[in-house]
Formats: sequence, C-alpha cells, structure tokens
Amino acid sequence: MAGALKMKLTRQLLSLTVAAGCLLLPATLWSAEARPQVAKSSCVECHSAFPPPTGVSEAQWAADIHAQKGLSCASCHGGDAKDPSPEGAMSKKAGFRGKPKRTEIPALCAKCHADGAYMRQYNPSLRTDQLAQYRTSVHGKRLAQGDTKVAVCIDCHSVHGIRSAKDTRSTVNPLNVASTCSRCHSDANYMKDYKIKTDQFAGYSASVHHEAMVVRGDLSAPTCTTCHGNHGAAPPGVASVENVCSTCHVFQAQLFDTSPHKAAFAAMGAASCITCHSNHRIVHPTDKFVGTGNEAICTNCHAAGDPGFAAAGRIHDDLVKLDEALKRSAEVLDKAERSGMEVSQARLEEAQGRDSLTKARVTLHSFQPDKVEQDTQAGMKIAAKTYQAGLQALAERDYRRKGLGLTLITILVVLAGLRLYIRQTESKNQSGGS
Amino acid sequence: MQVLLGGGLLASAVSFLYPVWRYLVPPVATDLGGDSVVAAKVGELKANSGKIFRFGSRPGLLVRTADGEYRAMSAICTHLNCTVQYRSDVREVWCACHNGFYDLNGRNIAGPPPRPLESYAVHVNGDDVVVSRRRGT
Amino acid sequence: MGSAPEAAPRSSTHRNPLVRWLDERFGWEDLLAPLRHKTVPVHKLSYWYFLGGITLFLFIIQVLTGILLLLYYRASANEAFESVQYIMTQVQFGWLVRSIHSWSANLMIFTAFAHMFSVLFLRAYTKPRELTWLTGMVLLFLALGFGFSGYLLPWNTLAFFATKVGTEIPGQIPVIGKPLLIFLRGGEEVTGATLTRFFGFHVALLPGITTLLIAAHILLIQRLGMSVPPSQEAAWKALPPSKREMPFFPNFFARELMAWYIALGVLGLLAALYPWELGSKADPFVPAPAGIRPEWYFVFMFQTLKLIPAKVGPIDGELLGILGFGVVGLIWVLLPFLGGDRYGRRQVFIRGLGVFALAYMLGMTVYGYLAK
Repeated sequence: MAGALKMKLTRQLLSLTVAAGCLLLPATLWSAEARPQVAKSSCVECHSAFPPPTGVSEAQWAADIHAQKGLSCASCHGGDAKDPSPEGAMSKKAGFRGKPKRTEIPALCAKCHADGAYMRQYNPSLRTDQLAQYRTSVHGKRLAQGDTKVAVCIDCHSVHGIRSAKDTRSTVNPLNVASTCSRCHSDANYMKDYKIKTDQFAGYSASVHHEAMVVRGDLSAPTCTTCHGNHGAAPPGVASVENVCSTCHVFQAQLFDTSPHKAAFAAMGAASCITCHSNHRIVHPTDKFVGTGNEAICTNCHAAGDPGFAAAGRIHDDLVKLDEALKRSAEVLDKAERSGMEVSQARLEEAQGRDSLTKARVTLHSFQPDKVEQDTQAGMKIAAKTYQAGLQALAERDYRRKGLGLTLITILVVLAGLRLYIRQTESKNQSGGS
Repeated sequence: MQVLLGGGLLASAVSFLYPVWRYLVPPVATDLGGDSVVAAKVGELKANSGKIFRFGSRPGLLVRTADGEYRAMSAICTHLNCTVQYRSDVREVWCACHNGFYDLNGRNIAGPPPRPLESYAVHVNGDDVVVSRRRGT
Repeated sequence: MGSAPEAAPRSSTHRNPLVRWLDERFGWEDLLAPLRHKTVPVHKLSYWYFLGGITLFLFIIQVLTGILLLLYYRASANEAFESVQYIMTQVQFGWLVRSIHSWSANLMIFTAFAHMFSVLFLRAYTKPRELTWLTGMVLLFLALGFGFSGYLLPWNTLAFFATKVGTEIPGQIPVIGKPLLIFLRGGEEVTGATLTRFFGFHVALLPGITTLLIAAHILLIQRLGMSVPPSQEAAWKALPPSKREMPFFPNFFARELMAWYIALGVLGLLAALYPWELGSKADPFVPAPAGIRPEWYFVFMFQTLKLIPAKVGPIDGELLGILGFGVVGLIWVLLPFLGGDRYGRRQVFIRGLGVFALAYMLGMTVYGYLAK
C-alpha cells in the first residue's frame, strides 16, 4: 500500500513536471517574441516605410510565427531577402514571385503545410490535411470555380502577422473565430450574391454557446468552426445535425433516438436538434419551450386533442411543479438563514433536488412523460423535505423569540422589584434620618 | 415588594440557568466534519463501487476501484453543479445530468464538463477511511 | 480588610439565621462593613459611575460564557470552524452562548472606552488616583487584546485576513518588529500555529492578568473612594449642606444591579434577534475578499494607517503611524503624571486633548466604514 502510494506520488510529481514544462514552452516562445530575434531582412527595411497593403512593419513581421521559426519573406514571395538592392532582391533571377494571386494562395501555403515530413521539423502534431479539407469546403469549391471573393488561408489567418491559433490574439483563436467569420458573413453587401442569411453572428452572440465561451471563459464551448469545420467549412446538412450536436450533447441525442420524434422528424425531413433549438441563436432553454403555452415549441406541430399535445402539457407541468417546489423551499430556507438560522444540511439536500430538475430537463428529450415524471418525483420528495427543514428552522426561530420574551419579562420584573426596593429603603432612611 | 423582587430574581435565574443546563447536555451528533472527514468504514465499500459522503457543506465521492484502492474527489460536476456518481460498468465517474464522464483521478474525459473535479487525499486510519483536502498544491 | 477574625466563637445578633451562622464562623458582617460604610456621591453626573460596574459585569459574562464555549470548542485549524459551527447548530442553546459571548465582548469594549473617557472628563484620574488610571489603561489594552485574539478563534475568512493584516502592523516596527510578528503568529505566516497561540492568549494568559488587575483596580477604588467632579466639589464646598451621598450597599448596589439586568436584557435581545454570524471557513489559498476590515474598535487606527502616505520624508508612512499611535498610547497611560494638579491650567489642555481624541476616533471610525 505504502509502496503503491509512493509510486503514485512519484507519478504525480512527474506529470507535474511535464505539465510545468508544457506551460513554460509557450512562455519561451513568448519571450522570443517580446524581444524579436528575427533575422534581419532587407525587405522589411523598405517595406516598413510603405503604407499597406505593401507595408509590413517590423513589429508585425516579428509577431508572425513563420518569422519566429526562421522563415523569411522570400519563403512565400521568392526573391533574395539578403540582397540590399531592391533590383537584386526582387529580380526574376532570384525567383521573385511578387504578390501571389488569391487563387494560388491555398496551394502556396500547402507547399509546406501539406508536407508531413517538412512540418514535422516544426510542429509534429500539426495536421497537414488543411488543403485537402479546404477543397471540400464551400470556400474551396467556389474558389476552384474562379470565385475570388471566398475566403482563402490569409482571410482567416491574417497575413504578415500570423500567430499560432493558441495565441489569444490570433484571429483563429477560439475566442476570435466568430468575429473573424463574421467579417464576411455578417456583411450583407458582401454576401448578397450568395443568397444566404447574414444573421449568424448576431444569432450566435445571443446563444448559450457564446455565453459559455465569452462569459464563462470555457474555451471548449463551440464556436462557428466546431459545428461547420474549419478548413472544410460547410453547413452540416439536415441528416448530420444530430451527429454534430451529439459530439457534446451525447445524452440528449441518445434519448432523442429512443423518442417518437426520431421517426417523425425524419419523415418530415426536419433536422433533429435545430427544429426546436434553432441553429445559431441557440438560447438558454426554459421550461416554457415544452408544453402547450404561447412560447411552447411543441404547439408548432401538436394541437389540442392529439396525444403529443397532452404529453407536452404533462412534461411541462411536472417541470414547473418541481421548479416551484424548489423555489418555495429555497424561499423558506433563505428566510430562515436571514434570521440567523443554520440550514447548511438542508441546503446540501436542496442541491440534489435541483440535480433532479436538471436531469428531468435532459430526460425530456425522450419525450416520454413517464420518464420525466420519475425524475421530477425524486426531486419533489427532496423539495418537500427541505421545505420542512426550513419550516422547522423558522419554528426554532420563533421558539428563541418566545424564550427571549419570557426572559425579558423576568428581567423587567426584577427591575421593577429593584426600583420599588430602592424607593422603599430610601424613603425609610429619609424619614428615619431627618 | 419582597415577593416581586425575590420571585423576579428566582425566575430570571431560572431563565438564565435553563439554557446553560441544556447547553451542557452533549448533542447526539458528535461528528464535526472539517478538512478531513471519515467518509466510510473499512469494508463498507466493495471493490468497484462508490459512495457519496458529506464533506463540509458539499458532497464528496469516495470510490473503491476494482483493485481495492480508494480514491476521493469532489462530487460536484464542474458543468452545472450536479452530483456525480461512480459507474461500476464503465469504471468511471459519471454525471447523470448531461452524461459527463471523469476518470478516477477526477479528470474530465467526455461530455460537457469543462474542468476536472477537485481530487482529495484518502488514507486509512484504523477502521476509518479518512478523506482530506490536499494542501498547498 | 477589617480586623483579624477571632479564634473564639463570637455571638452575632443578625436576624437572618444564615447570616448569623456565617457571621459567627468568620465575621461576615465585618467583611461587609467597608461596603456598608462606602458611600457614593449623588449629583447630576452620578450616572457615569455605572460604566465601570457594567464593564465588570460584562467581563463576568465573558468568563462564564467563555467557559461554556470551551466545552465544545476545538482550537485547531482543521476543526475550529467546524466546532463553532457545531456549537451554533447542534448544541442546544449553543447559538445563544456564542452570540452572547460575541455581543458582550463588543459591548464590553464599548463600555470600557466610555468609562475611560468619562473618567478623563470628570478628572477622576488625577492625584491620588494615578494608579487606578494606570491599571485601568492596562485593562483597556488587555480588552483590545481579548478582542483581537478572540476574533480569530472561529477561523473564518474575515478573521483570518484581519489577523493577517493586524499582525503585519507590529511587524513594521524596526528591530523588534520581525521577532514580535513571529511571536504573535507562531511562525512566518498566519497558520494553525497562530490559532493555537491566540487561543492560549485568549483563554489563559489574558484572563489571568486581567483578573489580577481588576482586583487591584477595584481595591484601589475601594481605598480611595469615589471621585467627585471638580465643579461639583466646588459647589459642595461653597454650600456644605447641599452635599449628598448614598450608601454603596444596598442603595447604589441595587441601582447597579438594575443596570446589569438591563445589560442582560440587551444582550439577550441582540443574541436572539441578531445571532453572531459565522461566515465561511478560512482558506489560506483564496485571495483576500474585498472590504477586509478589522473589528470596529480598531477601525480608527486601520483607517489612519491607510491614509498616511507611503513615505513621509525619509520615513516609512506606516511605521510613522504605528510609532505615532505608540507615542499617543504612552502619553495617554501617563496622563495623570503629565497633567499635574487637579485644578491646574494643564487640565484644560488635557480636556481639549480628550475631546480631540474622542472626535478623531469617532470621525475616523465613521470614515473607515463609509470609505471603501
């Protein structure tokens, strides 16, 4: 046992050191960036004085991961970066290519990025299938047809200041992906030839996913590329929606598969998840989504009299009942806590009641009221118990106040007695003394 | 007057002494909890099973692995604060709310949980399985 | 006191058989005689005489409830918070005992300060009462020590950080600062060792010294009698028949008892309606929460130290503040020796000083609570 423990400890220490090493690695890159140790090139000397698009400042180039890895302007543009004279540096003889055409850019980048052996020298774990993926994307297909308005590598990754995607300042860092995509996709004027909507970014910005990413800082939360792919960006298509969502929402998908909606949606040609939750504007669901009320989504298909309508009503009622029971219990416990009573045990149990509600809200994706009721019933039991505990705490508070009242009465009696005693002895003394 | 004063003094003395007397009677529950807590008795848990215990004001999860080793961690899912449980069929920690999975070190391995569960130190002290918070790591 | 008890049985004429029994055994009546002869001057400022008695009563409450708390409290970083939580939730009337202990502590500090200022303004500290003042001032400092050490004992977040800041302050003193800090904390940092130490101070060291000093303080008052404010003294001198007094026992004592009962009622009211909070358990690894402030009676010093700039000339601002408070404290203790004659010119100056100190403390405290 002790040996095993020691082993475990050593292992933990080891993993800690490795983790620390991994943490330090970007830090060293960082410091390299802070003090640019990029090979001097004659190109930047002149081009830093130019206005964009031909202007490239020294700081911008120094931030570029390619510069940091030792590549030069000539790696993409050809020519000779060491030749001090413009004529020499940009001569045809030195292989100067000038500004690459947009249609050439994916292939130019792929010259290195699709070369596994080459990329291994710099970042062995980086994928090398970007070009192949790109060709399957809507962007890639359109580019192949000669549409140069679509995104190529540099539109998303920027140019002359390309940072690693892990860098939070990178245009393709998870935090910035949505706004990078929106540069084109939210521009109605730019997108008007494509006949697609431009409200995706606005929708996403109002979604739970955006909130998880930006407000809660959860970088594993989805952004555009999580569902659409990055290099192979395209809409998932009706049949694949459930697969895409279920990469994270596994449970809901499993339940949905057992539900009557599975076959019904397929027959209607409706995509699974997004039919109820929409695609980009995926807001935080409320219990009103399900049921028969005005805001209920169920009523889009179900009308009074059909069994689905009744089931929706039952599910809604069960959820609301538990929610209200939990709120009532929380209210009583709050009140007890405010009057200084200790209710931490009830609070602990109350959390389990809320678990049941969360679970029931997941279970409803089976669209079987009996299953949902099982969960809500478990929660109702807990809520009833914690509510009782709250009432008991309040009763205890009243008991304290009654005790206090009694004590105060005895104190007042003593005070009155003392007062009388003083008056009596002093009047006696005075009459005796004078 | 004497009755009033004497009676008052007596009554107030009773009202002061009654709480004191009740205070002196030790309560039934004697476990305080704390940074370390007796999560289970040795032999209470079969191999490949788990149990929820109270750790301060939060739930904790004690797992006995198939090899008989003890592991302990916070039982509050890092996704939406549900209480997690041990799944003996997959030998992992599972959150029933959104199907989140953690390994036996508390690392989030599948589903929505964004962060690992805080893991606790476990040691066996006589008949007690004692779980304590790790210090200063 | 009184004469030495006689070995031979003596006869007593008291009408109460119990008193007669006691009197015949060890001269109970003789023992009480000084109290019977003791008189308390009666004038419009007599009410201030109650403050010392109330402070004493609150101290007694502290001792009694403190002993009760000791039955369940455990002084270790692992268990302190939980044991107080246990007292508050599981032990019957535990909430009452702890709440009274906390409320009474605060009221005691308040009445002790009020007592000090009343003595200052009524010029009761001048010759021949220098020693009474001296013991009183030390008792006041001890009360603050009680407050500071007791505040940490529940081991909650606020107390933990307040103690951290509070022990940092003496650590600034040159030369002895660092050893003093280590002595107070029981190490470099506030840890479980600090808790053990503070517990020792709070329940053994301070109560012992305090009890001895209270005995000395009361003995001195007993020997010297009650001081009469100079204005009243002059009036009585001018017109001797107007002089009024009442016997300490039972007249004054009955009144004092009334004051004590009122204090008890107030304590009960506060404890039942506003049970003392517990907060959350101290965790040395979380960042200090915003708005860390010491107990109210330290706020005026805390706020002053915050206002002093980091550097005053070549000297560290904080150090200057600490030394300043040290000097003022010392002057305050030595006031009866610096003030000279009871009716002298300097008394006017001292009264002004007292008014200024009181106004400063009140102002800074209010400012400390209003400022963030």
